[in-house]
Amino acid sequence: MEHLTYIFQGGTRRLARPADVVGVVGSGNLEVLIEAAPLDGACSIDIATAAVGFGAIWEAVMTDFHARWQLMDVRIAINDMGATPAVVSLRLDQAVETILETP
Amino acid sequence: MNSYLEATARERLARVFDPGSFQEFLPPSARVVSPHLGQLNAPVAFDDGVAVGRARLDGRPVFVAAQEGGFMGGAVGEVHGAKLVGMLRRAIADAPDAVVLLLESGGVRLHEANAGLIAVSEVMRAVLDVRAAGIPVIALIGGANGCFGGMGIVARCTNAIVISEEGRLAMSGPEVIETASGVEEFDARDRALVWRTTGGKHRYLLGDCQVLVADSVAAFRAAALAQVAGATAVALTLSALEREQAQLTARLERFGHVREPMELWRALGVAAPEALPLLEADAFVAQVDALRLGGH
Repeated sequence: MEHLTYIFQGGTRRLARPADVVGVVGSGNLEVLIEAAPLDGACSIDIATAAVGFGAIWEAVMTDFHARWQLMDVRIAINDMGATPAVVSLRLDQAVETILETP
Repeated sequence: MNSYLEATARERLARVFDPGSFQEFLPPSARVVSPHLGQLNAPVAFDDGVAVGRARLDGRPVFVAAQEGGFMGGAVGEVHGAKLVGMLRRAIADAPDAVVLLLESGGVRLHEANAGLIAVSEVMRAVLDVRAAGIPVIALIGGANGCFGGMGIVARCTNAIVISEEGRLAMSGPEVIETASGVEEFDARDRALVWRTTGGKHRYLLGDCQVLVADSVAAFRAAALAQVAGATAVALTLSALEREQAQLTARLERFGHVREPMELWRALGVAAPEALPLLEADAFVAQVDALRLGGH
């Protein structure tokens, strides 16, 4: 297992509901737990992945994710069993769409 | 998408029960994860592969659980089992109309060894305690992983089992039998044989299940509702258990020598047993209802 943490600043959008989970921890899949949390405006992402050595790709996918959604005061936790970057992005988008505040 | 087989545990909870009615105990945000998997450097799930809580079924209060087959085949670890037991004990205190278990499991999570075994035995005891309190327990089986091992026993401890043709119910799974007894005894890659031997239709014919439904969430919901509405809480009595034991003994004497499920179906009086696997659920039930063991 490898544990990775990314923290992004400068987001502008909060979550409407406290927490939700999407996805299942299975081969090539992952679960994403997304929660509103007082983080001084930051978006924090904790990853536990069974695929060791892919930190650079995770960082690129997470940076894209933050650029896409601009979340603030959000904590995201991921349990991963070797999902591809496209599946990771899909699950993250599903998680946000499930509980993002409607403007 | 209406397939029960294809749905996740949480999708099943959302759609089998009244919309928005599921209230979860120990949700993923509580992060009560397996203490064992981390030590083995294996991935954990925030709900340890099972969601438990309360819900409503056509307005009736029920307690519910759904195992997630996608996480380690729905296998029961220490936390997973403790969540089931906690929900069942709470049911005794709160006295809902019924407990509905959406089972999908390969049985004990072997990574957790004795802790998993103890957890499954505690679930069995808790199911029987709920029934002894006069609350019916209904099992729904229709996931891709079937219901095997200790959870197969748990299913048979309930008042009623609703199963789909795609659902499977047994003790040892096909690969386990092949590994232990050889491919001559059981070829686990022969999918038609696997379903003839463990699938919903065979279980229905043997009287191990009360209801056979098509693979649809709506069909499972309707069958669960009928069981909850009509289920007279069956008291656990010594005479009832002895009667069931006598039935099982007679079944073993009558069919214990049979090598192939289709022979058994023929012996029950099915005219064209080779045609049974191809029938839709309704047509199948209509053809065999009068022939099956344990029927009414």
